[in-house]
Amino acid sequence: MAMLESAGQQPPRTAFYNDPVVRGIMYQVVVGVLLVTFVTWIVHNTSINLAAQGKTTGFDFLGKTAGFPIGFSLFEFTRESTYWQAFLVGITNTLLVAVIAIFFSTIIGFTLGIARLSSNFLISRLATIYVETIRNIPLLLQLFFWYFAVLKAMPAVKDSFALPLDMFINQRGLFVPRPQPDAQFSWIYVAILLGLVGAFLIQRWAKRRLEATGKRFPVFLSSAALMLVLVLVVWFASGAAVTFDPPVLNRFNFKGGLELPPEFVALAWGLSIYTASFIAETVRAGILAVNHGQTEAAQSLGLKDSDRLRLVVIPQAMRVIIPPLTSQYLNLTKNSSLGAAIGYSEVVNVFAGTALGQSGRAIEVIAMTMAFYLTISLLTSAIMNWYNARVALVER
Amino acid sequence: MTDISFVRSEMTGASPAPNPTSGPIVWVRKNLFATPSDTLLTLLGLAFLAWIVPPLYGFLIGRAVPPGGTVEQCRVENVGACWAYIASELDFFVYGFYPAVEYWRVNIVFAMLALLIIPLAMPKAPYKRLNAILFIIVFPIASVILLSGGIFGLRYVPTEQWGGLMVTLIISVVGICLSLPLGIILALGRQSSMPIIKSICVAFIELIRAVPLITILFMASIMLPLFMPAGVTVDKFLRALVGVTLFSSAYMAEVVRGGMQAIGRGQYEAAAALGLSYWKRMGFIILPQALKHVIPGIVNSFIALFKDTSLVYIVGMKDLLEAVKTKNDAIEWASPTQAITGYIFAAAVFWMFCFSMSRYSQFMERRLNTGHKR
Repeated sequence: MAMLESAGQQPPRTAFYNDPVVRGIMYQVVVGVLLVTFVTWIVHNTSINLAAQGKTTGFDFLGKTAGFPIGFSLFEFTRESTYWQAFLVGITNTLLVAVIAIFFSTIIGFTLGIARLSSNFLISRLATIYVETIRNIPLLLQLFFWYFAVLKAMPAVKDSFALPLDMFINQRGLFVPRPQPDAQFSWIYVAILLGLVGAFLIQRWAKRRLEATGKRFPVFLSSAALMLVLVLVVWFASGAAVTFDPPVLNRFNFKGGLELPPEFVALAWGLSIYTASFIAETVRAGILAVNHGQTEAAQSLGLKDSDRLRLVVIPQAMRVIIPPLTSQYLNLTKNSSLGAAIGYSEVVNVFAGTALGQSGRAIEVIAMTMAFYLTISLLTSAIMNWYNARVALVER
Repeated sequence: MTDISFVRSEMTGASPAPNPTSGPIVWVRKNLFATPSDTLLTLLGLAFLAWIVPPLYGFLIGRAVPPGGTVEQCRVENVGACWAYIASELDFFVYGFYPAVEYWRVNIVFAMLALLIIPLAMPKAPYKRLNAILFIIVFPIASVILLSGGIFGLRYVPTEQWGGLMVTLIISVVGICLSLPLGIILALGRQSSMPIIKSICVAFIELIRAVPLITILFMASIMLPLFMPAGVTVDKFLRALVGVTLFSSAYMAEVVRGGMQAIGRGQYEAAAALGLSYWKRMGFIILPQALKHVIPGIVNSFIALFKDTSLVYIVGMKDLLEAVKTKNDAIEWASPTQAITGYIFAAAVFWMFCFSMSRYSQFMERRLNTGHKR
């Protein structure tokens, strides 16, 4: 062995196939060839099968008339609309239910996550029971339960349940008052925008002053006051008003108001309830992940309680909470595809279901549906990577 | 010398007993009524319980029709859960359309499953390796042969007749057995230094994780017939199994990768310095540690897979949920609470399996938390 180390000696001769680099290349060539063969085989089979069925391929069908109605859409969709418009309706419906369910599941989830850590035995136990029950039952089953067993068992339109705030619930869904801002109301939006800009400027100025002089400034209170004053001044100056058009029971159905179909209500409700149980666990883990030493260190620095939470505990907890929270939001968006099982017109139901059946373009339709989810997922992970890089702990 | 001293001539009175630091009253004061806001929360919680528990009790037990009751009893007004419906359709919920005379085959599979899984789950039980091989390789093959029959004089039972809890269990267990090794291979591929293999694995994992299971099952039921040579049909059961397994293996790969990344570089370098080959390095040094780290994560993927099996109705399989949903429309038992009872039953079954798995994962987490905590 010592001989090898002396100068001028050749390295030991090994067979070329034992060289790790050559081996690596060989393995990859084999895998690559197998994959290409497999894909070619599938493409070959598919083209034969499509030819046998007399079907054509291509995305030209998107411009053609779809010829089917869609039960629920945010914008006009008729039988004369195109497949592309059907795709758009599906996408917007998916995003609509996802956004609404994300809003409610975040509120419920954070409340439950904090409740689980409560020192109050009863409250923490109730939250635990909720989380352990809900997250161990399949979402599809919960959706069936809410849709078929609860909403379909609601009274008929004539005997609707009256809820507070002029809302009604019955077999045909949830009826809520429709807000009708008048023409002057857009000035209020301008005021809110101005207020936000002002709050941002105040915050920057206060931070700079704090760093320069050490003097504090009540940023939150002053921003809130600025916002309130701006909105109130504009409100009275412009005479803007918002009226609510409540649903009124006619002989057969409700007139006016905003009608949310039972599929939408069941899906948004089920998704919120289900995802909240996962968010609660995320929040709990995040809060528990902040070392108790951090709290003690903050106290020994003399920070008051609100500053301790705001500057020490919450930022560190959020660093742990936000990545899994985002993946829960992503899961929720993907899970909204289960709305297809209860007939909500989201993208899988409208496009991969009805449009596929009507057009017969299976490959294109499935590819577009998958591409939609892929885009959302890639966008989210791009944002997440950026965020993680920003908040990552910089260690020695 | 005056000898001044003071000695008390009578006993002092007993000082009051110290505040109790244990006991039920202290516990209640500390855990339920510590502060005014705590008291308010407790009262709210009690009010909630008072609002929800009596109707729930009345529905599930008080006004419910017990097993063995008749459909007429279930049709009265304000009736509770109709357990008689569940009891009378139980066979369908468990076996689907499987021929009644062949139920023993399904029961043997259930028994094999229990016999293999319980010792595998107990950390102290011996012969882990043999047990794992039996469970991961022998059990899926044996159960599929036993259930579908056609050889050894067993009557052939087409998968169209399979259904109920049996399908849920078989798809999830076989899916688990297949997705774990597949996930490990994908994770190894993703960590590999070979660019082509790495990019294939990354693309597969990220694509599958980005789309919902429902679209993959759609693909399995619509696209798979197109991909196969003309005349070749793929069994529905197989479609469901392939879809669920591929989906789950991508998630499993990420869990395993997490475990591999948690292992210090020193372990990789030490294994290489010993002159071990790649597979020996992975098989003897890295994976045993990595998998041990992520057992809770693996069990969580199993729970997700188990819940996801409820989606196989897309390809036309009648799993437990679909069996219940079908029977909920049956006229024989038509009654006001038929559907709700059916769903509660299915939820209870799913919950039982998932909850025991999650408890097991917490138990393992505590058990494994010994050597690595600093």
